[in-house]
Amino acid sequence: MAMNGKGTLLDASTLPVKEFDGIIVGGGGSGMMASLQLAKSGMNTAVVSKVFPTRSHTVSAQGGITCSIQSADPDDDWRWHMFDTVKGSDFIGDQDSIEYMCKEGPEAIFELENMGLPFSRTEEGKIYQRAFGGQSKDYGKGGQAERTCAAADRTGHALLHTLFQANVKAGTNFLSEWFAVDLVKNQNEQVVGVIAFEIESGEPYFLKSKATVLATGGAGRIYQTTSNALINTGDGTGMALRAGFPVQDMEMWQFHPTGIHGHGTLVTEGCRGEGGYLVNKDGERFMERYAPNYKDLASRDVVARSMFTEILEGRGCGPDADHVYLKLDHLGPEIVHKRLPGVTELSKRFAHVDPAEHPIPVVPTCHYAMGGIPTNVHGQVISQNPDGTDKIIDGLYAAGEAACVSVHGGNRLGGNSLLDLIVFGRSAGLHIEESFKSGIKMDNPSPDDVDYALRNLNRVNISQSGENFVEVKKDLQKTMQMNFGVFRTEELMENGIKEVSNLRDKSLNIYLADKSSQFNTARVEALELLNLIEVAEATAISANERKESRGAHSREDYPDRDDENWLKHSIYFSDTKQVSKRDVNFRPKQVQAFQPIVRTY
Amino acid sequence: MNAIAASEIKTLRLSIYRYDPLKQEKPYMQDFDIDIPAEKDLMVLDVLMLAKEQDPSISFRRSCREGVCGSDGLNINGKNGLGCITPLSDAIKSNKLSIRPLPGLPVIKDLIVDMKQFVDQYKKVKPYLITDKKVDTREAIPQTIEEREKLDGLYECIMCGCCSTACPSFWWNPDKFLGPAALLQAYRFIADSRDTATEERLEQLEDAFSVFRCHGIMNCVSVCPKGLNPTKAIGEIKKMLVKRAL
Repeated sequence: MAMNGKGTLLDASTLPVKEFDGIIVGGGGSGMMASLQLAKSGMNTAVVSKVFPTRSHTVSAQGGITCSIQSADPDDDWRWHMFDTVKGSDFIGDQDSIEYMCKEGPEAIFELENMGLPFSRTEEGKIYQRAFGGQSKDYGKGGQAERTCAAADRTGHALLHTLFQANVKAGTNFLSEWFAVDLVKNQNEQVVGVIAFEIESGEPYFLKSKATVLATGGAGRIYQTTSNALINTGDGTGMALRAGFPVQDMEMWQFHPTGIHGHGTLVTEGCRGEGGYLVNKDGERFMERYAPNYKDLASRDVVARSMFTEILEGRGCGPDADHVYLKLDHLGPEIVHKRLPGVTELSKRFAHVDPAEHPIPVVPTCHYAMGGIPTNVHGQVISQNPDGTDKIIDGLYAAGEAACVSVHGGNRLGGNSLLDLIVFGRSAGLHIEESFKSGIKMDNPSPDDVDYALRNLNRVNISQSGENFVEVKKDLQKTMQMNFGVFRTEELMENGIKEVSNLRDKSLNIYLADKSSQFNTARVEALELLNLIEVAEATAISANERKESRGAHSREDYPDRDDENWLKHSIYFSDTKQVSKRDVNFRPKQVQAFQPIVRTY
Repeated sequence: MNAIAASEIKTLRLSIYRYDPLKQEKPYMQDFDIDIPAEKDLMVLDVLMLAKEQDPSISFRRSCREGVCGSDGLNINGKNGLGCITPLSDAIKSNKLSIRPLPGLPVIKDLIVDMKQFVDQYKKVKPYLITDKKVDTREAIPQTIEEREKLDGLYECIMCGCCSTACPSFWWNPDKFLGPAALLQAYRFIADSRDTATEERLEQLEDAFSVFRCHGIMNCVSVCPKGLNPTKAIGEIKKMLVKRAL
């Protein structure tokens, strides 16, 4: 039953069903870590990915994976890493999750190394670690740490390919180039699988499962300028919101300091870790003024704001004074070409400069969503009861950038995203495996439940006229860029919320002219727009609601952090468009909680 | 692009290979006139995306748009490369740009080829670490800087398929000759000091086709968008196989 040119309505009675023990939506780092766990346990699992797995955006991660493996420093301590992460999060990272990540991290790193990941090495034959932003020894008192494990500046590539290879070895079942459209929920609010179609044939299916993991990555494409791949459209986040589940801290978007000017592609923070620094048009190393101790290795939100301040105050570089320079040439070609070969390549390609000879023009670019689908440390998705208490959703998990287990809070530290997706991809897999052993009972969905999950696919398939989805997407990206950037005000955001709301209305009336079934990428892009809209609106409304400045969320009208009212997560539901608060976890198991302090670098 | 003055725009004649398996027609080349800013050196992928705005039915793969994910291997004016990192200034001949799917693999639609054969060959070489070294989950398998350096130029492959689909030997025997990408991967593990399955790997490669159908044509080297050298890796495997046979 193909989706043919006549725009036939799909319904539950004729939709083919494929049944699995577990489904993982997304073939990036967290998805493939979860799938590896499940494949080893012998469960009947499928990875549903809209691209061949090695095309996932994890591949672009450059600088490394931060973890206290005691290679560069035998005295390093996971508690120091935990302290840095809590402080970096501006104290709204959940301390039970951060503790779990920092403590379990080393085992996950060694597991990857044992799988074959080609880490760079030290003279002693250990894994090479470099300095990254916001890293300290001895709870901020012992100076800069070197804690980020690296495979040159291609760590994400090395990691993703190693995981793919391990999954090939384990015999994981990949549904490559399949697009997941919506979650299927039964009458008991349990998630029982997804509606998806095979892109090559256009054939839709109900992929039925007792455990569904959303590992769909980021959604940076809600902004005009982003480091994110074209595929980063927040598909899992959109699916969760449409199914009535909340998102958490969606106002928290990281703008990475060093995007290549005019393109958005990143050069790693590892450039500064290796000794590079930023200069303004006067050649001044301006970070010395903003962060006297950590300078260029202050945390990313601090550096990005400092760069924009330089630009806004007229000290930007270039004919339009709209960027600054990242200087590496003083390091010499040996370091630049050996430690940063990928950066050299990107810089030559997109900025037309060899960084060993000339500085790279850079400007902050949208990079990472700290927010996402709220989960506990086992990856189980959490919703909120009307009285504000947590409610675990049966059958639904999330991991990686799509999730908000909240190890990053208001600002993620460099190198912590790869660690997040490895640790929590694995913990989701472990939890599913355990749950299966003890037995999972799920009610079947009714035909109405399945039909409900088909509504968006149907609407797009039968559209006969309406809005051009490419135009709606462009308008959305422009609106988000203008109104929800690094510096925010109520006036701009309220204007932005109205525009996003108009664009949502338009998105409900988009026209897919090409109804062909085989490898119809226009259909995929039309459906991606629905996800972008969900993420953008969640961002817009949550951002306006958080009336303080914390981490990456910086408001000119509320310039200070407000711990009395906002030492909280924001929780947003799409159907009500309401924002509520959720307590931040201050109950780590093995250490004393770190209490909020003034955050300086 | 509306804001740009007419003098700053030039028009590029873009010719794209079109094929829809469900239509009863042969593949054909479709022409588009694309307005591009004169002073900006766009990438081939940028131009393809502009064409898709004119005609949303054009199908091609893309993801990272920075040359690391390997999605957009294409045949660009006769030479394989990645659309996202091939600037027009490198690709264009007499203001004309022709884009075809990677040669030698079945075309699914337009610029999208079926990569199955390519991936199957990759899987055949057991592209994962096999080791009997004592694995303690609380530490890394030791490797010196020099041993690790032997993997440089091997591990960076992005599986875009540009090399294998530029290789005449792969065109002839795509099922029996493993092709440059898979062989590069095979050598990546042979060269890894942590891997202890060299003998097993070589044994699997010693037939007349798997490796020895490489005749050193070196198309793979000239098209690799990451600057890798599969021919050299294949040469190393051949040397080891010959030594082993003696």
